[in-house]
Amino acid sequence: MTMRRLWIGLTVIVFAVLLVIPLLRIVQGAFDDGWSGFAAGISRPEALHALLMTGIITVSVTLINTFFGVMLSMYMVRASWLGKRLKAVMNGIVDLPFAVSPVIGGLMIVLLLGPDSAAGALLGKAGIDIVYAWPGMILATLFVTFPIVIREVMPVLQEIGSQQEEAAHMMGAYAWTTFWRVTWPQIKWSVVYGVILTIARCLGEFGAVLVVSGNIINKTQTATTLVYQDVENFDLTAANTVALVLAAASVLLLLTMEWSKSRKEVH
Amino acid sequence: MTNMLQSRWWSWGFRSTVMLYFIVLIVCPIAGIYGQSLSGGLQAFADNITEALAWKSVLLTVKLAIISTIVNALIGTMSAWVLVRYRFPGRSLLNSLVDLPFALPTAVIGLMIMLLLGPRSWIGSGAEALGTTILFHEPAIVVAMVFVTFPFVIRAVQPLLEELDASEEEAAYTMGASRTRTFMRVILPCMMPGIVSGAMLAFSRALAEFGAVVLVAGNIPGRTLVASVYIFGEIESDNPAGAAAVSVLLLTLSLLILWTVNLVRRRRAR
Amino acid sequence: MHVEVRGLNKTFGSFQAVKDVSFSVAKGQLIGLLGPSGGGKTSILRMLAGLESPDSGDIVFHGQRVNDLPPQERGIGFVFQNYALFKHMTVSENIAFGLEVKKWNKAKIKERVASLTELTGLKGFESRYPHQLSGGQRQRVAFARALAPEPQLLLLDEPFAAIDAKIRHELRSWLREMIDRLGITSIFVTHDQDEAIEVADEIMIINKGNLEQKGSPWEIYKDPKTPFVAGFIGESRIVDNIGALHGFADAAVSAGTKGLIRPEYIEIGRKEEFAQLLSATESGRVSHIHFRGSEWLVEVEVGGIKLVTYRSLEKEVLHPGDEVQVLVHRAYLFNDNDSWVMENKLKADQNFVYI
Repeated sequence: MTMRRLWIGLTVIVFAVLLVIPLLRIVQGAFDDGWSGFAAGISRPEALHALLMTGIITVSVTLINTFFGVMLSMYMVRASWLGKRLKAVMNGIVDLPFAVSPVIGGLMIVLLLGPDSAAGALLGKAGIDIVYAWPGMILATLFVTFPIVIREVMPVLQEIGSQQEEAAHMMGAYAWTTFWRVTWPQIKWSVVYGVILTIARCLGEFGAVLVVSGNIINKTQTATTLVYQDVENFDLTAANTVALVLAAASVLLLLTMEWSKSRKEVH
Repeated sequence: MTNMLQSRWWSWGFRSTVMLYFIVLIVCPIAGIYGQSLSGGLQAFADNITEALAWKSVLLTVKLAIISTIVNALIGTMSAWVLVRYRFPGRSLLNSLVDLPFALPTAVIGLMIMLLLGPRSWIGSGAEALGTTILFHEPAIVVAMVFVTFPFVIRAVQPLLEELDASEEEAAYTMGASRTRTFMRVILPCMMPGIVSGAMLAFSRALAEFGAVVLVAGNIPGRTLVASVYIFGEIESDNPAGAAAVSVLLLTLSLLILWTVNLVRRRRAR
Repeated sequence: MHVEVRGLNKTFGSFQAVKDVSFSVAKGQLIGLLGPSGGGKTSILRMLAGLESPDSGDIVFHGQRVNDLPPQERGIGFVFQNYALFKHMTVSENIAFGLEVKKWNKAKIKERVASLTELTGLKGFESRYPHQLSGGQRQRVAFARALAPEPQLLLLDEPFAAIDAKIRHELRSWLREMIDRLGITSIFVTHDQDEAIEVADEIMIINKGNLEQKGSPWEIYKDPKTPFVAGFIGESRIVDNIGALHGFADAAVSAGTKGLIRPEYIEIGRKEEFAQLLSATESGRVSHIHFRGSEWLVEVEVGGIKLVTYRSLEKEVLHPGDEVQVLVHRAYLFNDNDSWVMENKLKADQNFVYI
């Protein structure tokens, strides 16, 4: 039985040292200069702008990737108009953004749509900036979060099988009715879980956005790149305040994640 | 009749939009980077890769990723074991905490590690007393990688442990096997696929990690510069071709690992 | 609904599942599609439903070609093998689904659901979810749900395959009764002979994508049109050199002709038990005898040929090694070109021999 105690104790220590204590240190660091210090750090114009940027990107990317994610999952699992081979290839490709370093993700977008590229130059002439502006940042974040919803929804679609949908067809229901009344209620919680994961990832996205945005203060800075800048400028207190906001949001998301995980496993 | 026509147009519209999205967002960028890296010709590509700093950074990244993966395999397996096999107060809290690295922004993680290992912290000052500094040196990079990949092995092993039938162990005991032997011959083989696939995913992620590492590494070229930061540097110095070349190297490596993991998963499913 | 199928073909990749199948079903008939697994029965059913499209051929309902009609508009009720109930809906919601799609008014829906739950014996279970029901109950919900929109044709895909053996029998007779009462044209797929014979008006034997024979259970049993049908229905044994048997010398005329003999075609016993037909018999030896609960299963060897038959418990008990007389009443003969039923010639000749 002491072996048991040993293992449990060791695990708790690992968790504490690796996860809990650092988190507490951020709280401590943010209030290094007291409440006023914290308030100052947060209400800086660049901080407010950065948080706003993060918010905008998060909302738009989540909406877009949820819609396309659910649609692609449906097509990849159910569509008869896609060949089996093509579906397998697509399935492999879907996971790619997980394997790609975020910096590389950002690089890809700069290469394709940056001012030096063919497409980028054309768009630039029309007055549309993609790279070093918010469209590029949204694109980069879309890339990075692409697989999340798909990976949650596809297995569920495979598990519930197509027979219920066929039964609905036999009774006269067309595509939309069948989706809304038969498929959606059964994938709902997996989609919710995927959405929460996507939001967390959007909040946290750093490397790709850093490359694509140029990290221009008050223009293309997000909360995470602001933290980076503050650290580089040795302004740890300021860095900690923004980091604390992000960490608090993440912990909240974590709790929601765990809650919806339990919902999605109930049938 | 019009209903049918309407639905035909709608479904065509949906299908093409979604497929277009998929191609433009994922396929084009990946094709693009392979294209760009080879745009100066094969020789230029080779030059970019064999540039001293470039391959040194890749080697460093691989070495440190391996170390962090081994660490993670060990503590991950132990944690999965404890979480599945034992009941104790705070167990579900610990279980939820496992997902924390997935939820936290990597830049925040970097900051956390700085605070954890910096000169003002216990660990940092303790290490200084012993004559070494952790922060801005290789150990800090390993810590960052371990933190970021912490959930992978645990989450891969947990379901396997949960599936394990108590009767398999009981059968071993009735045949006279000791606890250690049962563990090595019955339980460990059952967990192994999870440990392996979790470790491979962790390795792949550690290779790619940027945010947490860039803050704690010090980024000294040739010493503590990892591949992702090298790439970033090349981009900032207006050398996209060089960045692309090393990216392609890293990307291909990650893709190979991903593909292997999928293969192992599919074999297991049979 | 009168159903007609002409020249139906379906290939999946390189595998041809359905080969040139044609048949017609009269209104109100209950037809069984019977055959071994993988034979194409389910493919035919799904093509009728519109869930698969045939590569070639016509499907005609009431004189109207429906190949291009989507499943939503064919007016068919479909009962799936694994029920395919909507897991997140209650029993009433499941049954009401088709009516809600058709935009019936709420009161009418309520009434119809009530009458169907009554009809299928599910009263009291209306608010239960599928996971709270037994297999048999789920199948009845599937049935009620398919019937709710008043379809003209009912299709059932191995409706009892996923159900316990004991309940299967009850459900079978219940289904037969229900369909008779409603008078709805029905086609069901099964690989269970007993089920087809018990439930269906007519059976269609499907093997390897071909329609081997269509007829009433009795016709199929008595006059099998192909060797496969002969071997598939009931029990039988194949005899390679049928000509060696007493009374079947004529069969050996065409080379390669084999015989298929059912246990019911064989009679064995002592010399005394055979009075007039004695000269049509030949002697054989009992090799094995097994008690089968309601009769004896007797294996006899006749001139090197092994045959199997049943023997009533009322008759004298036989033992292995006993010498007996064996009378083969008839055999189903077949070769590459033809197949036919042949009576034992020596039986007919009795009229001219008088001892």
